[in-house]
Amino acid sequence: MKKDIILAGVGGQGILSIAAVIGMAAIDSGLQLKQAEVHGMSQRGGDVHSNLRISDSEIYSDLIPFGHADLIISVEPMESLRYLPWLSKSGWLITNNVPHVNIPNYPPMGDIFREIEAVKYHVMLDADQMAKDLGFSRSANMVILGAASPWLEIEYTALEKSIEKIFGRKGADIVAQNHKALAAGREFAMAHHS
Amino acid sequence: MDKLLLLGDEAIAQSAIDAGISGIYAYPGTPSTEILEYVHTSREAREKKIHSTWSANEKTAMESALGMSYTGKRAMVCMKHVGLNVAADAFINSAITGVNGGLIVVAADDPSMHSSQNEQDSRFYGKFAMIPILEPTNQQEAYDMVRYGFDLSEKYGIPVMLRITTRLAHSRSGIIRQPGLPQNEIHLPGNPRQFILLPVNARRQYKGLLQNQAAFEEESENSPYNNYRTGKDKSLGVIACGIANNYLMEEFDGREFPHPLLKIGQYPLPVQMIRKIYDECDRIMVLEEGYPILEELLRGILDNGKKISGRMDGVIPRDGELNPNIVAKAFELEEQYGLPVPSIVKNRPPSLCKGCPHIYSYNALNEALDKYAKGRVFSDIGCYTLGALEPYGAINTCVDMGASITMAKGASDAGFRPAVAVIGDSTFTHSGMTGLLDAINDKTPITVMILDNATTGMTGGQDSAATGHLEAICEGLGVEKEHIHILNPSPKFHEENMHVIQNEILYEGVSVIIPRRECIQTVARRLREDKKQKQQEAVTE
Repeated sequence: MKKDIILAGVGGQGILSIAAVIGMAAIDSGLQLKQAEVHGMSQRGGDVHSNLRISDSEIYSDLIPFGHADLIISVEPMESLRYLPWLSKSGWLITNNVPHVNIPNYPPMGDIFREIEAVKYHVMLDADQMAKDLGFSRSANMVILGAASPWLEIEYTALEKSIEKIFGRKGADIVAQNHKALAAGREFAMAHHS
Repeated sequence: MDKLLLLGDEAIAQSAIDAGISGIYAYPGTPSTEILEYVHTSREAREKKIHSTWSANEKTAMESALGMSYTGKRAMVCMKHVGLNVAADAFINSAITGVNGGLIVVAADDPSMHSSQNEQDSRFYGKFAMIPILEPTNQQEAYDMVRYGFDLSEKYGIPVMLRITTRLAHSRSGIIRQPGLPQNEIHLPGNPRQFILLPVNARRQYKGLLQNQAAFEEESENSPYNNYRTGKDKSLGVIACGIANNYLMEEFDGREFPHPLLKIGQYPLPVQMIRKIYDECDRIMVLEEGYPILEELLRGILDNGKKISGRMDGVIPRDGELNPNIVAKAFELEEQYGLPVPSIVKNRPPSLCKGCPHIYSYNALNEALDKYAKGRVFSDIGCYTLGALEPYGAINTCVDMGASITMAKGASDAGFRPAVAVIGDSTFTHSGMTGLLDAINDKTPITVMILDNATTGMTGGQDSAATGHLEAICEGLGVEKEHIHILNPSPKFHEENMHVIQNEILYEGVSVIIPRRECIQTVARRLREDKKQKQQEAVTE
């Protein structure tokens, strides 16, 4: 088993919370893991990504080679496209469709959606709205993780447990909300994947 | 023991705690920041009373660590590569004094300049100081090398450099710990003159360092971190240093690597091992993360030996970080590519946060300088360097920590008026104060803006040595009280702030203007922590 995942977003959007949940679930499932993060200057509103590699055997490189990523998980639609050279021919693109506009020349949304839809295997969802509908707008990242979960090859219950461990200190309510968000994302992906 | 999931930086920190350090010293700098930060927030470190507060700069950090070593205790000092320039005086001389308690100097290089102004290779400094260098390939090795490095340091009474790069520093992996060691007791050096570098002592100490070189090389020959593995196809031999080794293994994963391979993780270079691979193979490929140090040495000035490939003949790009694809290309392996990046995707450079106080400092400064020709703002290293970008276009230089004040002084000395320096509070106490004293002593007409957000912002909001002291420092150095102004960098004070700047740039002497408002990131973090604490209190009640 080997999964190479690129997490994408804008500095401050919290892509590392997704990485943390997958990472803990992977370690608890007895898998090896490497996760390269971006710290420093780019965190100030620039494009950020994380290379997350999970495997049942030794992982050498912290970086994923081009064309090897099984998944791109993005919390921002334009950012999901920046990493297409890394996506493998059979890889999945899972992305939020809510733009984070902090540059003057942000491209028209129609163009972005067209490019995302041109990717053979993709799931695009309005995670922000789905999270809001669940009454907890801050769980959008867990909605996106849920949408990616069918392709992670990690037991769904392991992801749930990981959420419990990570958010447990914030109370049972927060854990329950994040569980709901995870389930909603997963349900959407199962119903809508091409 | 349980596996811990740690960044390379955190693995180094945990290992330092486990190896029995009594203190860690550093100034924040990407990619080294998380080392001290981890110790600082570790409950275990707090219980063991390990010193872990930030130093004013890398030089003070290096010297404090050396002082702790003098007492016989183990100490670690951490910095980014350019920080080692600041600490260089103390660093080079620490190789002459040697150490008493074990001392590890962590230098974190940033090839590709993800968050830096150059990509200098700290291995040059290690070689310059003539001390052993350890270069891990992965996070577990980083953990193991700290323990090993402290033992090596105490065996020879020499500081040891641990050289890492951004990729290892900021990548997370599972770590297996070793049992913890107790801290050393205080015991002063046996030779009372060891640390007195009067020429008469320094000459003796230096001879000792020179004599130890052969032993350091012997250590490298026998090091668990330098391995020679033979291969069937001797038309090529590969020497891979540190993390470069990973990319090679990645590309040959699942296949047997056909050529002899020498993996280097400890310096000085193991000459016998290098001679062996050189003699055995028809040509040599060198893979190094950073400058082509080994490659250059191997070629020699005349480069008239066997064919050598690497960064110097273009088989590997001369600059930038390595990655699996660069290594694949060097070996002419087949690569896969996904889809190209669509042309509609735009760059998203970092920017000042919404509501950041620096924005309003720059708005006021830009307007105050509007009537003068452009090109007169000398700035420095920090979040406010982003003021160079649109829409501000507010600064004209950024060179090294503290250079804003001194470059403004030089320009003013040349007759260029007005000359403005813009520096952050933490950068000011790091390396700006001495330059300000130069300007005061010369009564140089410059206007110094110290943007005080009460933190070291760019590296994630560490404590600033300046907080609460700025006016007192400026007055103490000799800035006239009536030319020190505190501003509130907010939209509603824009006019007022602009006028203060306009007036002060006309003053024929040193003015200091301090726009003061806390970083919005640290404010937000404090509010979150307060809320969390209240929630916890509510639960326990």
